[in-house]
Amino acid sequence: MTGKKRQILIFLFFAAAVLLVPLFFKGNYLLNVFVFVGINTILAIGLNLLLGYAGQISLGHAAFFGLGAYISGIITTRFPLDPWLVIVLAAVCAGALAFVIGFPILKLKGHYLAMATLGFGIIMYIIFNETVGLTGGPSGLSGIPNLHIGSLIFDNDLNNYYLVWLFTLVVMLLSINLSQSRIGRALRAINDSEMAARVMGVNARILKVQIFTVSAVISAIAGSLYAHIMTFISPASFGFNFSIELLTMVVIGGLGSIYGSFLGAAILTMLPEFLRVFQDFDIIIYGLMLILMTMFMPGGLISGIQKIAEFTAAKIKGMTSNNAQT
Amino acid sequence: MLKLNGITKIFGGLTALEDVSFSVADGSITGVIGPNGAGKTTLFNIITGLYAQTAGEVYLGEKNISLFPPEALAGLGLVRTFQNVELFGQMTVLENVMVGLHTRSKSGIFSSAFKLPGQIKEEKYIKEKSLQWLEFTGLTDLADIQAGNLPFGKGRLLEISRALAVEPRAILMDEPAAGLNSRETAELALLIRRIRESGITVILVEHDMELVMDICDSIIVLNLGKKLAEGTPREIQENPAVISAYLGEG
Repeated sequence: MTGKKRQILIFLFFAAAVLLVPLFFKGNYLLNVFVFVGINTILAIGLNLLLGYAGQISLGHAAFFGLGAYISGIITTRFPLDPWLVIVLAAVCAGALAFVIGFPILKLKGHYLAMATLGFGIIMYIIFNETVGLTGGPSGLSGIPNLHIGSLIFDNDLNNYYLVWLFTLVVMLLSINLSQSRIGRALRAINDSEMAARVMGVNARILKVQIFTVSAVISAIAGSLYAHIMTFISPASFGFNFSIELLTMVVIGGLGSIYGSFLGAAILTMLPEFLRVFQDFDIIIYGLMLILMTMFMPGGLISGIQKIAEFTAAKIKGMTSNNAQT
Repeated sequence: MLKLNGITKIFGGLTALEDVSFSVADGSITGVIGPNGAGKTTLFNIITGLYAQTAGEVYLGEKNISLFPPEALAGLGLVRTFQNVELFGQMTVLENVMVGLHTRSKSGIFSSAFKLPGQIKEEKYIKEKSLQWLEFTGLTDLADIQAGNLPFGKGRLLEISRALAVEPRAILMDEPAAGLNSRETAELALLIRRIRESGITVILVEHDMELVMDICDSIIVLNLGKKLAEGTPREIQENPAVISAYLGEG
Protein backbone atom coordinates (compact mmCIF):
# COMPACT_ATOMS: atom_id res chain seq x y z
CA MET A 1 0.00 0.00 0.00
CA THR A 2 1.47 3.35 -0.97
CA GLY A 3 1.80 6.14 1.57
CA LYS A 4 -0.85 8.21 -0.18
CA LYS A 5 -3.48 5.48 -0.13
CA ARG A 6 -2.75 4.80 3.52
CA GLN A 7 -3.24 8.45 4.38
CA ILE A 8 -6.59 8.60 2.60
CA LEU A 9 -7.68 5.47 4.47
CA ILE A 10 -6.57 6.91 7.82
CA PHE A 11 -8.54 10.08 7.17
CA LEU A 12 -11.65 8.19 6.07
CA PHE A 13 -11.41 5.95 9.12
CA PHE A 14 -11.03 8.98 11.37
CA ALA A 15 -13.97 10.76 9.72
CA ALA A 16 -16.17 7.66 10.04
CA ALA A 17 -15.26 7.32 13.72
CA VAL A 18 -16.12 10.98 14.29
CA LEU A 19 -19.52 10.59 12.63
CA LEU A 20 -20.35 7.45 14.64
CA VAL A 21 -19.32 8.71 18.08
CA PRO A 22 -22.69 10.36 18.93
CA LEU A 23 -24.46 6.99 18.56
CA PHE A 24 -22.67 5.79 21.69
CA PHE A 25 -22.99 8.98 23.71
CA LYS A 26 -26.63 9.94 23.15
CA GLY A 27 -27.79 12.23 25.90
CA ASN A 28 -24.43 11.97 27.64
CA TYR A 29 -22.82 15.17 28.86
CA LEU A 30 -19.59 13.94 27.23
CA LEU A 31 -21.08 14.84 23.85
CA ASN A 32 -20.90 18.44 24.99
CA VAL A 33 -17.23 17.94 25.89
CA PHE A 34 -16.62 16.50 22.43
CA VAL A 35 -18.03 19.68 20.89
CA PHE A 36 -15.24 21.60 22.62
CA VAL A 37 -12.69 18.98 21.61
CA GLY A 38 -13.69 19.82 18.03
CA ILE A 39 -13.34 23.58 18.52
CA ASN A 40 -9.98 23.15 20.25
CA THR A 41 -8.81 20.81 17.49
CA ILE A 42 -9.50 23.54 14.91
CA LEU A 43 -7.57 26.04 17.05
CA ALA A 44 -4.66 23.66 17.66
CA ILE A 45 -4.35 22.88 13.95
CA GLY A 46 -4.38 26.59 13.16
CA LEU A 47 -1.56 27.22 15.62
CA ASN A 48 0.30 24.09 14.53
CA LEU A 49 0.50 25.34 10.94
CA LEU A 50 2.40 28.34 12.29
CA LEU A 51 4.38 26.73 15.11
CA GLY A 52 4.83 23.12 14.02
CA TYR A 53 5.38 23.72 10.32
CA ALA A 54 6.83 27.22 9.91
CA GLY A 55 8.45 27.14 13.36
CA GLN A 56 7.11 30.56 14.36
CA ILE A 57 5.73 30.89 17.87
CA SER A 58 2.59 32.78 18.84
CA LEU A 59 1.67 33.43 22.45
CA GLY A 60 -1.36 35.48 21.46
CA HIS A 61 -3.45 33.14 19.41
CA ALA A 62 -6.43 33.32 21.75
CA ALA A 63 -6.81 36.89 20.50
CA PHE A 64 -7.79 35.70 17.00
CA PHE A 65 -10.18 33.19 18.57
CA GLY A 66 -11.69 36.05 20.56
CA LEU A 67 -11.81 38.35 17.56
CA GLY A 68 -13.86 35.79 15.62
CA ALA A 69 -16.15 35.26 18.58
CA TYR A 70 -16.70 38.98 19.25
CA ILE A 71 -17.21 40.00 15.63
CA SER A 72 -19.83 37.28 15.22
CA GLY A 73 -21.35 38.04 18.62
CA ILE A 74 -21.50 41.81 18.30
CA ILE A 75 -22.85 41.91 14.76
CA THR A 76 -25.45 39.15 15.08
CA THR A 77 -26.85 40.60 18.32
CA ARG A 78 -27.30 44.04 16.76
CA PHE A 79 -28.03 43.59 13.09
CA PRO A 80 -30.34 41.15 11.33
CA LEU A 81 -27.49 39.81 9.21
CA ASP A 82 -27.12 36.17 8.23
CA PRO A 83 -24.77 34.65 10.90
CA TRP A 84 -23.06 32.48 8.28
CA LEU A 85 -22.18 35.59 6.33
CA VAL A 86 -20.84 37.18 9.54
CA ILE A 87 -18.57 34.15 10.09
CA VAL A 88 -17.02 34.86 6.71
CA LEU A 89 -16.72 38.53 7.60
CA ALA A 90 -15.08 37.71 10.96
CA ALA A 91 -12.61 35.39 9.25
CA VAL A 92 -11.72 38.07 6.70
CA CYS A 93 -11.25 40.71 9.44
CA ALA A 94 -9.02 38.44 11.54
CA GLY A 95 -7.04 37.52 8.43
CA ALA A 96 -6.61 41.17 7.46
CA LEU A 97 -5.44 42.08 10.97
CA ALA A 98 -2.98 39.18 11.02
CA PHE A 99 -1.66 40.17 7.61
CA VAL A 100 -1.09 43.77 8.68
CA ILE A 101 0.58 43.03 12.02
CA GLY A 102 2.35 39.97 10.56
CA PHE A 103 4.82 42.00 8.52
CA PRO A 104 6.46 43.81 11.42
CA ILE A 105 5.97 41.03 14.02
CA LEU A 106 7.30 38.10 11.99
CA LYS A 107 10.52 39.94 11.28
CA LEU A 108 11.34 39.06 14.87
CA LYS A 109 12.72 35.68 15.83
CA GLY A 110 12.64 33.42 18.88
CA HIS A 111 12.04 35.12 22.22
CA TYR A 112 11.37 38.47 20.60
CA LEU A 113 8.61 36.99 18.47
CA ALA A 114 7.18 35.35 21.58
CA MET A 115 7.18 38.73 23.37
CA ALA A 116 5.56 40.55 20.44
CA THR A 117 2.75 38.02 20.03
CA LEU A 118 2.27 37.99 23.80
CA GLY A 119 1.88 41.77 23.68
CA PHE A 120 -0.61 41.51 20.85
CA GLY A 121 -2.67 38.98 22.81
CA ILE A 122 -2.71 41.19 25.88
CA ILE A 123 -3.70 44.28 23.90
CA MET A 124 -6.61 42.43 22.33
CA TYR A 125 -7.67 41.10 25.74
CA ILE A 126 -7.69 44.65 27.10
CA ILE A 127 -9.78 45.78 24.14
CA PHE A 128 -12.31 42.96 24.74
CA ASN A 129 -12.42 43.98 28.41
CA GLU A 130 -12.55 47.76 28.15
CA THR A 131 -14.79 48.51 25.17
CA VAL A 132 -17.82 47.89 27.36
CA GLY A 133 -20.25 49.56 24.96
CA LEU A 134 -19.34 47.11 22.24
CA THR A 135 -18.31 43.85 23.95
CA GLY A 136 -20.15 44.16 27.23
CA GLY A 137 -16.80 44.26 29.02
CA PRO A 138 -15.98 41.81 31.80
CA SER A 139 -19.62 40.85 32.29
CA GLY A 140 -19.71 39.50 28.77
CA LEU A 141 -21.95 39.53 25.73
CA SER A 142 -25.09 37.44 25.83
CA GLY A 143 -28.01 36.64 23.56
CA ILE A 144 -25.94 35.52 20.59
CA PRO A 145 -28.27 33.58 18.30
CA ASN A 146 -27.68 29.93 17.45
CA LEU A 147 -26.74 29.07 13.90
CA HIS A 148 -29.36 27.43 11.74
CA ILE A 149 -29.82 26.00 8.28
CA GLY A 150 -33.49 26.42 7.36
CA SER A 151 -35.40 24.83 10.24
CA LEU A 152 -32.37 22.90 11.53
CA ILE A 153 -31.23 24.88 14.58
CA PHE A 154 -27.86 24.17 16.19
CA ASP A 155 -28.97 24.53 19.79
CA ASN A 156 -28.36 21.08 21.26
CA ASP A 157 -25.27 18.95 21.82
CA LEU A 158 -25.94 16.50 19.00
CA ASN A 159 -26.46 19.17 16.34
CA ASN A 160 -23.55 21.22 17.62
CA TYR A 161 -21.38 18.13 17.55
CA TYR A 162 -22.02 17.59 13.85
CA LEU A 163 -21.72 21.30 13.09
CA VAL A 164 -18.33 21.64 14.78
CA TRP A 165 -16.91 18.36 13.57
CA LEU A 166 -17.89 19.07 9.99
CA PHE A 167 -15.75 22.20 10.21
CA THR A 168 -13.01 20.30 12.05
CA LEU A 169 -12.81 17.57 9.42
CA VAL A 170 -12.66 20.14 6.61
CA VAL A 171 -9.91 22.10 8.39
CA MET A 172 -8.03 18.85 9.00
CA LEU A 173 -8.26 17.72 5.39
CA LEU A 174 -7.21 21.09 3.98
CA SER A 175 -4.32 21.33 6.45
CA ILE A 176 -3.10 17.83 5.60
CA ASN A 177 -3.21 18.74 1.91
CA LEU A 178 -1.37 21.96 2.58
CA SER A 179 1.29 20.29 4.71
CA GLN A 180 2.14 17.86 1.92
CA SER A 181 2.38 20.45 -0.82
CA ARG A 182 5.02 22.78 -2.15
CA ILE A 183 3.91 25.31 0.47
CA GLY A 184 4.11 22.77 3.31
CA ARG A 185 7.62 21.78 2.29
CA ALA A 186 8.67 25.43 2.04
CA LEU A 187 7.31 26.04 5.56
CA ARG A 188 9.20 23.09 7.02
CA ALA A 189 12.30 24.23 5.13
CA ILE A 190 12.04 27.64 6.84
CA ASN A 191 11.72 25.83 10.16
CA ASP A 192 14.88 23.76 9.55
CA SER A 193 17.09 26.41 7.95
CA GLU A 194 15.63 29.74 6.96
CA MET A 195 18.86 30.72 5.21
CA ALA A 196 18.94 27.61 3.02
CA ALA A 197 15.23 27.96 2.28
CA ARG A 198 15.77 31.51 1.05
CA VAL A 199 18.67 30.42 -1.13
CA MET A 200 16.29 27.88 -2.70
CA GLY A 201 14.03 30.78 -3.64
CA VAL A 202 11.52 30.52 -0.79
CA ASN A 203 10.35 34.00 0.14
CA ALA A 204 10.39 33.31 3.86
CA ARG A 205 9.13 36.77 4.86
CA ILE A 206 5.98 36.64 2.75
CA LEU A 207 5.31 32.96 3.41
CA LYS A 208 5.50 33.43 7.19
CA VAL A 209 2.99 36.29 6.99
CA GLN A 210 0.73 34.21 4.76
CA ILE A 211 0.67 31.21 7.11
CA PHE A 212 0.16 33.54 10.09
CA THR A 213 -2.86 34.91 8.24
CA VAL A 214 -4.23 31.44 7.46
CA SER A 215 -3.71 30.51 11.09
CA ALA A 216 -5.63 33.60 12.24
CA VAL A 217 -8.49 32.87 9.83
CA ILE A 218 -8.81 29.31 11.14
CA SER A 219 -8.81 30.56 14.75
CA ALA A 220 -11.44 33.20 13.99
CA ILE A 221 -13.75 30.60 12.42
CA ALA A 222 -13.43 28.52 15.58
CA GLY A 223 -14.23 31.68 17.56
CA SER A 224 -17.41 32.37 15.59
CA LEU A 225 -18.59 28.78 16.06
CA TYR A 226 -17.84 29.05 19.77
CA ALA A 227 -19.88 32.26 20.10
CA HIS A 228 -22.92 30.82 18.35
CA ILE A 229 -22.78 27.56 20.31
CA MET A 230 -22.27 29.21 23.73
CA THR A 231 -24.59 32.16 22.95
CA PHE A 232 -22.60 33.96 25.63
CA ILE A 233 -18.98 35.08 25.55
CA SER A 234 -16.72 36.95 27.96
CA PRO A 235 -13.09 38.09 27.75
CA ALA A 236 -11.89 35.43 30.23
CA SER A 237 -12.12 32.78 27.50
CA PHE A 238 -9.71 34.66 25.23
CA GLY A 239 -6.89 35.65 27.56
CA PHE A 240 -3.27 34.73 27.97
CA ASN A 241 -4.11 31.49 29.79
CA PHE A 242 -5.97 30.15 26.82
CA SER A 243 -3.13 31.09 24.44
CA ILE A 244 -0.82 28.99 26.59
CA GLU A 245 -3.33 26.16 26.72
CA LEU A 246 -3.45 26.12 22.91
CA LEU A 247 0.32 26.06 22.78
CA THR A 248 0.33 23.12 25.20
CA MET A 249 -2.17 21.22 23.02
CA VAL A 250 0.07 21.63 19.98
CA VAL A 251 3.26 20.66 21.79
CA ILE A 252 1.75 17.73 23.73
CA GLY A 253 0.07 16.41 20.58
CA GLY A 254 3.12 16.76 18.41
CA LEU A 255 4.59 19.67 16.48
CA GLY A 256 3.95 19.36 12.78
CA SER A 257 1.29 16.66 13.05
CA ILE A 258 -2.34 17.37 12.22
CA TYR A 259 -3.63 14.26 14.02
CA GLY A 260 -1.31 15.16 16.88
CA SER A 261 -3.17 18.46 17.22
CA PHE A 262 -6.40 16.50 17.57
CA LEU A 263 -4.84 14.27 20.25
CA GLY A 264 -3.45 17.25 22.14
CA ALA A 265 -6.78 19.08 21.98
CA ALA A 266 -8.70 15.98 23.02
CA ILE A 267 -6.48 15.26 26.01
CA LEU A 268 -6.28 18.80 27.31
CA THR A 269 -10.03 19.30 26.89
CA MET A 270 -11.12 16.01 28.44
CA LEU A 271 -8.50 15.51 31.12
CA PRO A 272 -10.01 18.10 33.51
CA GLU A 273 -13.37 16.31 33.15
CA PHE A 274 -11.90 12.95 34.14
CA LEU A 275 -9.75 14.42 36.88
CA ARG A 276 -12.76 15.89 38.62
CA VAL A 277 -12.97 12.80 40.82
CA PHE A 278 -9.73 13.92 42.49
CA GLN A 279 -11.45 17.16 43.52
CA ASP A 280 -8.92 19.65 44.87
CA PHE A 281 -5.95 17.64 43.66
CA ASP A 282 -7.00 17.70 40.00
CA ILE A 283 -4.76 20.62 39.06
CA ILE A 284 -1.71 18.90 40.58
CA ILE A 285 -2.37 15.64 38.72
CA TYR A 286 -3.05 17.61 35.54
CA GLY A 287 0.29 19.38 35.82
CA LEU A 288 2.09 16.17 36.69
CA MET A 289 0.67 14.40 33.65
CA LEU A 290 1.79 17.23 31.38
CA ILE A 291 5.31 17.07 32.80
CA LEU A 292 5.46 13.27 32.38
CA MET A 293 4.16 13.45 28.82
CA THR A 294 6.74 16.05 27.79
CA MET A 295 9.50 14.11 29.57
CA PHE A 296 8.78 10.72 28.04
CA MET A 297 7.29 11.76 24.72
CA PRO A 298 9.29 14.84 23.76
CA GLY A 299 8.19 14.51 20.12
CA GLY A 300 4.56 14.68 21.21
CA LEU A 301 1.93 12.01 21.72
CA ILE A 302 1.67 11.15 18.04
CA SER A 303 5.33 10.21 17.70
CA GLY A 304 5.25 8.51 21.10
CA ILE A 305 2.39 6.31 19.92
CA GLN A 306 4.23 5.59 16.67
CA LYS A 307 7.34 4.55 18.60
CA ILE A 308 5.34 2.27 20.89
CA ALA A 309 3.65 0.72 17.84
CA GLU A 310 6.99 0.15 16.11
CA PHE A 311 8.45 -1.31 19.30
CA THR A 312 5.55 -3.74 19.75
CA ALA A 313 5.66 -4.69 16.08
CA ALA A 314 9.38 -5.45 16.38
CA LYS A 315 8.74 -7.43 19.61
CA ILE A 316 6.03 -9.51 17.98
CA LYS A 317 8.23 -10.10 14.95
CA GLY A 318 11.10 -11.16 17.20
CA MET A 319 8.83 -13.55 19.10
CA THR A 320 7.47 -15.21 15.96
CA SER A 321 10.94 -15.64 14.49
CA ASN A 322 12.12 -17.15 17.78
CA ASN A 323 9.21 -19.57 17.69
CA ALA A 324 10.11 -20.52 14.14
CA GLN A 325 13.62 -21.38 15.27
CA THR A 326 12.64 -23.64 18.16
CA MET B 1 28.24 35.58 -16.98
CA LEU B 2 28.97 36.66 -13.41
CA LYS B 3 30.82 39.92 -13.00
CA LEU B 4 32.03 41.62 -9.81
CA ASN B 5 32.93 45.26 -9.90
CA GLY B 6 34.86 46.87 -7.06
CA ILE B 7 33.31 44.85 -4.23
CA THR B 8 34.20 46.34 -0.84
CA LYS B 9 32.90 45.15 2.51
CA ILE B 10 33.66 46.83 5.81
CA PHE B 11 32.56 45.20 9.10
CA GLY B 12 32.75 47.90 11.74
CA GLY B 13 36.36 48.98 11.46
CA LEU B 14 37.53 45.86 9.66
CA THR B 15 37.88 45.87 5.88
CA ALA B 16 37.01 42.31 4.90
CA LEU B 17 37.08 42.92 1.16
CA GLU B 18 38.61 45.79 -0.74
CA ASP B 19 37.86 46.63 -4.36
CA VAL B 20 37.57 43.04 -5.60
CA SER B 21 36.72 42.77 -9.30
CA PHE B 22 36.67 39.79 -11.61
CA SER B 23 34.42 38.07 -14.06
CA VAL B 24 33.50 34.44 -14.50
CA ALA B 25 33.19 32.98 -17.99
CA ASP B 26 29.97 31.24 -18.97
CA GLY B 27 30.28 27.46 -18.59
CA SER B 28 33.58 27.57 -16.73
CA ILE B 29 34.72 26.16 -13.41
CA THR B 30 36.26 29.00 -11.43
CA GLY B 31 38.04 28.56 -8.13
CA VAL B 32 38.39 31.23 -5.45
CA ILE B 33 41.31 30.43 -3.16
CA GLY B 34 43.26 32.20 -0.48
CA PRO B 35 44.57 31.74 3.05
CA ASN B 36 42.16 31.70 6.00
CA GLY B 37 40.58 35.09 6.56
CA ALA B 38 41.14 36.18 2.98
CA GLY B 39 37.44 37.02 2.58
CA LYS B 40 36.33 34.13 0.37
CA THR B 41 33.18 33.23 2.26
CA THR B 42 32.35 36.91 2.75
CA LEU B 43 32.57 37.33 -1.00
CA PHE B 44 30.21 34.38 -1.54
CA ASN B 45 27.78 35.79 1.01
CA ILE B 46 27.76 39.10 -0.85
CA ILE B 47 27.23 37.51 -4.27
CA THR B 48 24.36 35.38 -2.95
CA GLY B 49 22.65 38.23 -1.13
CA LEU B 50 23.23 37.13 2.47
CA TYR B 51 25.46 40.15 3.16
CA ALA B 52 25.13 43.64 1.73
CA GLN B 53 28.35 45.02 0.32
CA THR B 54 29.62 48.43 1.40
CA ALA B 55 30.43 49.34 -2.22
CA GLY B 56 30.58 47.73 -5.63
CA GLU B 57 28.23 45.88 -7.97
CA VAL B 58 27.47 42.30 -8.91
CA TYR B 59 26.16 41.46 -12.38
CA LEU B 60 24.56 38.23 -13.47
CA GLY B 61 24.70 38.41 -17.26
CA GLU B 62 23.58 41.96 -18.03
CA LYS B 63 21.49 42.25 -14.89
CA ASN B 64 22.71 44.22 -11.90
CA ILE B 65 21.94 41.93 -8.94
CA SER B 66 23.73 43.98 -6.27
CA LEU B 67 21.77 43.86 -3.01
CA PHE B 68 19.22 41.36 -4.36
CA PRO B 69 17.96 39.11 -1.53
CA PRO B 70 18.80 35.38 -1.87
CA GLU B 71 15.22 34.38 -2.61
CA ALA B 72 15.22 36.62 -5.71
CA LEU B 73 18.50 35.15 -6.96
CA ALA B 74 17.26 31.56 -7.12
CA GLY B 75 14.66 32.54 -9.69
CA LEU B 76 17.36 34.28 -11.74
CA GLY B 77 19.45 31.12 -11.72
CA LEU B 78 22.02 31.69 -9.00
CA VAL B 79 22.29 29.20 -6.11
CA ARG B 80 24.87 28.18 -3.58
CA THR B 81 25.84 25.45 -1.14
CA PHE B 82 27.22 26.05 2.34
CA GLN B 83 30.48 25.22 4.02
CA ASN B 84 28.68 23.56 6.96
CA VAL B 85 25.99 21.84 4.85
CA GLU B 86 22.63 23.50 5.46
CA LEU B 87 20.13 20.71 4.94
CA PHE B 88 16.49 20.59 5.96
CA GLY B 89 17.29 17.95 8.57
CA GLN B 90 13.73 16.98 9.52
CA MET B 91 12.69 16.38 5.92
CA THR B 92 13.47 13.38 3.75
CA VAL B 93 16.21 13.42 1.14
CA LEU B 94 13.60 13.55 -1.61
CA GLU B 95 11.71 16.40 0.07
CA ASN B 96 14.93 18.40 0.36
CA VAL B 97 15.39 18.24 -3.40
CA MET B 98 11.69 19.01 -3.92
CA VAL B 99 12.22 22.32 -2.08
CA GLY B 100 14.84 23.06 -4.74
CA LEU B 101 12.03 23.15 -7.29
CA HIS B 102 10.24 25.92 -5.40
CA THR B 103 10.96 28.54 -8.04
CA ARG B 104 10.09 26.08 -10.82
CA SER B 105 6.55 25.68 -9.49
CA LYS B 106 3.87 28.12 -8.43
CA SER B 107 0.96 26.54 -6.52
CA GLY B 108 -0.10 28.78 -3.66
CA ILE B 109 -1.76 28.13 -0.31
CA PHE B 110 -5.26 28.00 -1.77
CA SER B 111 -4.62 25.59 -4.64
CA SER B 112 -2.48 23.40 -2.36
CA ALA B 113 -5.10 23.18 0.40
CA PHE B 114 -7.89 22.37 -2.07
CA LYS B 115 -5.71 20.14 -4.28
CA LEU B 116 -6.80 21.84 -7.49
CA PRO B 117 -6.02 19.85 -10.68
CA GLY B 118 -3.11 22.11 -11.64
CA GLN B 119 -1.51 21.57 -8.25
CA ILE B 120 -1.76 17.77 -8.47
CA LYS B 121 -0.07 17.86 -11.88
CA GLU B 122 2.62 20.19 -10.62
CA GLU B 123 3.25 18.02 -7.56
CA LYS B 124 3.79 15.02 -9.83
CA TYR B 125 6.23 17.02 -11.95
CA ILE B 126 8.16 18.18 -8.84
CA LYS B 127 8.51 14.61 -7.62
CA GLU B 128 9.61 13.17 -10.96
CA LYS B 129 12.11 15.93 -11.54
CA SER B 130 13.51 15.57 -8.00
CA LEU B 131 13.99 11.83 -8.46
CA GLN B 132 15.92 12.60 -11.65
CA TRP B 133 18.27 14.86 -9.72
CA LEU B 134 18.78 12.20 -7.06
CA GLU B 135 19.69 9.79 -9.82
CA PHE B 136 22.13 12.35 -11.24
CA THR B 137 24.00 12.52 -7.93
CA GLY B 138 23.52 8.84 -7.06
CA LEU B 139 21.28 9.29 -4.00
CA THR B 140 18.23 7.44 -5.33
CA ASP B 141 18.47 4.66 -2.74
CA LEU B 142 18.41 7.18 0.11
CA ALA B 143 15.33 9.10 -1.12
CA ASP B 144 13.15 8.29 1.91
CA ILE B 145 15.81 8.73 4.60
CA GLN B 146 15.55 11.73 6.90
CA ALA B 147 18.20 14.19 5.72
CA GLY B 148 19.46 14.78 9.26
CA ASN B 149 20.51 11.13 9.47
CA LEU B 150 22.72 11.18 6.38
CA PRO B 151 26.47 10.73 6.73
CA PHE B 152 28.37 13.95 6.05
CA GLY B 153 29.55 13.06 2.55
CA LYS B 154 26.06 12.13 1.40
CA GLY B 155 24.73 15.32 2.96
CA ARG B 156 27.10 17.29 0.74
CA LEU B 157 25.82 15.45 -2.30
CA LEU B 158 22.25 16.13 -1.24
CA GLU B 159 22.97 19.81 -0.87
CA ILE B 160 24.36 19.86 -4.39
CA SER B 161 21.36 17.90 -5.71
CA ARG B 162 19.02 20.39 -4.08
CA ALA B 163 20.89 23.30 -5.62
CA LEU B 164 20.80 21.64 -9.04
CA ALA B 165 17.03 21.22 -8.75
CA VAL B 166 16.77 25.02 -8.96
CA GLU B 167 18.07 24.56 -12.54
CA PRO B 168 20.57 27.34 -12.02
CA ARG B 169 22.79 29.07 -14.55
CA ALA B 170 25.53 29.27 -11.96
CA ILE B 171 26.17 27.37 -8.75
CA LEU B 172 28.46 28.63 -5.99
CA MET B 173 29.98 25.98 -3.75
CA ASP B 174 31.57 26.97 -0.46
CA GLU B 175 34.30 24.41 0.30
CA PRO B 176 32.54 21.42 -1.25
CA ALA B 177 35.41 19.06 -0.40
CA ALA B 178 35.73 20.06 3.27
CA GLY B 179 35.31 16.98 5.47
CA LEU B 180 35.30 14.53 2.57
CA ASN B 181 37.73 11.61 2.34
CA SER B 182 39.92 11.18 -0.74
CA ARG B 183 37.53 8.82 -2.50
CA GLU B 184 34.59 11.14 -1.91
CA THR B 185 36.68 14.06 -3.13
CA ALA B 186 37.51 12.22 -6.35
CA GLU B 187 33.82 11.51 -6.86
CA LEU B 188 33.05 15.16 -6.17
CA ALA B 189 35.53 16.23 -8.85
CA LEU B 190 33.76 13.97 -11.31
CA LEU B 191 30.36 15.33 -10.31
CA ILE B 192 31.49 18.95 -10.65
CA ARG B 193 32.71 18.19 -14.17
CA ARG B 194 29.38 16.60 -15.05
CA ILE B 195 27.57 19.67 -13.69
CA ARG B 196 29.66 21.91 -15.94
CA GLU B 197 29.00 19.62 -18.91
CA SER B 198 25.27 20.11 -18.39
CA GLY B 199 25.88 23.82 -19.04
CA ILE B 200 26.02 25.18 -15.49
CA THR B 201 28.80 27.55 -14.49
CA VAL B 202 30.55 26.46 -11.28
CA ILE B 203 32.29 28.80 -8.87
CA LEU B 204 33.90 27.29 -5.80
CA VAL B 205 35.79 28.32 -2.72
CA GLU B 206 38.14 25.51 -1.81
CA HIS B 207 41.15 24.70 0.33
CA ASP B 208 41.94 21.38 -1.32
CA MET B 209 44.59 22.61 -3.78
CA GLU B 210 44.83 19.31 -5.59
CA LEU B 211 41.11 19.47 -6.39
CA VAL B 212 41.23 23.14 -7.39
CA MET B 213 44.23 22.71 -9.68
CA ASP B 214 42.66 19.62 -11.19
CA ILE B 215 39.19 20.87 -12.12
CA CYS B 216 39.31 24.67 -12.37
CA ASP B 217 39.66 26.51 -15.67
CA SER B 218 40.53 29.70 -13.92
CA ILE B 219 41.49 30.67 -10.40
CA ILE B 220 41.15 33.87 -8.40
CA VAL B 221 43.43 34.31 -5.41
CA LEU B 222 42.34 36.50 -2.51
CA ASN B 223 44.63 37.61 0.27
CA LEU B 224 43.71 39.90 3.17
CA GLY B 225 40.56 41.00 1.35
CA LYS B 226 42.24 41.95 -1.89
CA LYS B 227 42.57 40.20 -5.19
CA LEU B 228 46.13 38.97 -5.40
CA ALA B 229 46.14 37.14 -8.70
CA GLU B 230 43.93 35.68 -11.40
CA GLY B 231 44.74 33.09 -14.06
CA THR B 232 44.86 29.47 -15.09
CA PRO B 233 45.94 26.88 -12.50
CA ARG B 234 49.42 26.76 -14.08
CA GLU B 235 49.84 30.56 -13.95
CA ILE B 236 48.71 30.64 -10.34
CA GLN B 237 51.09 27.87 -9.30
CA GLU B 238 53.99 29.83 -10.75
CA ASN B 239 52.93 33.24 -9.46
CA PRO B 240 55.54 34.45 -6.92
CA ALA B 241 53.04 36.69 -5.09
CA VAL B 242 50.73 33.73 -4.52
CA ILE B 243 53.56 31.53 -3.34
CA SER B 244 54.71 34.09 -0.80
CA ALA B 245 51.15 34.68 0.43
CA TYR B 246 50.71 30.99 1.11
CA LEU B 247 54.16 30.26 2.46
CA GLY B 248 54.72 33.57 4.21
CA GLU B 249 57.20 36.15 3.02
CA GLY B 250 60.70 34.78 3.42
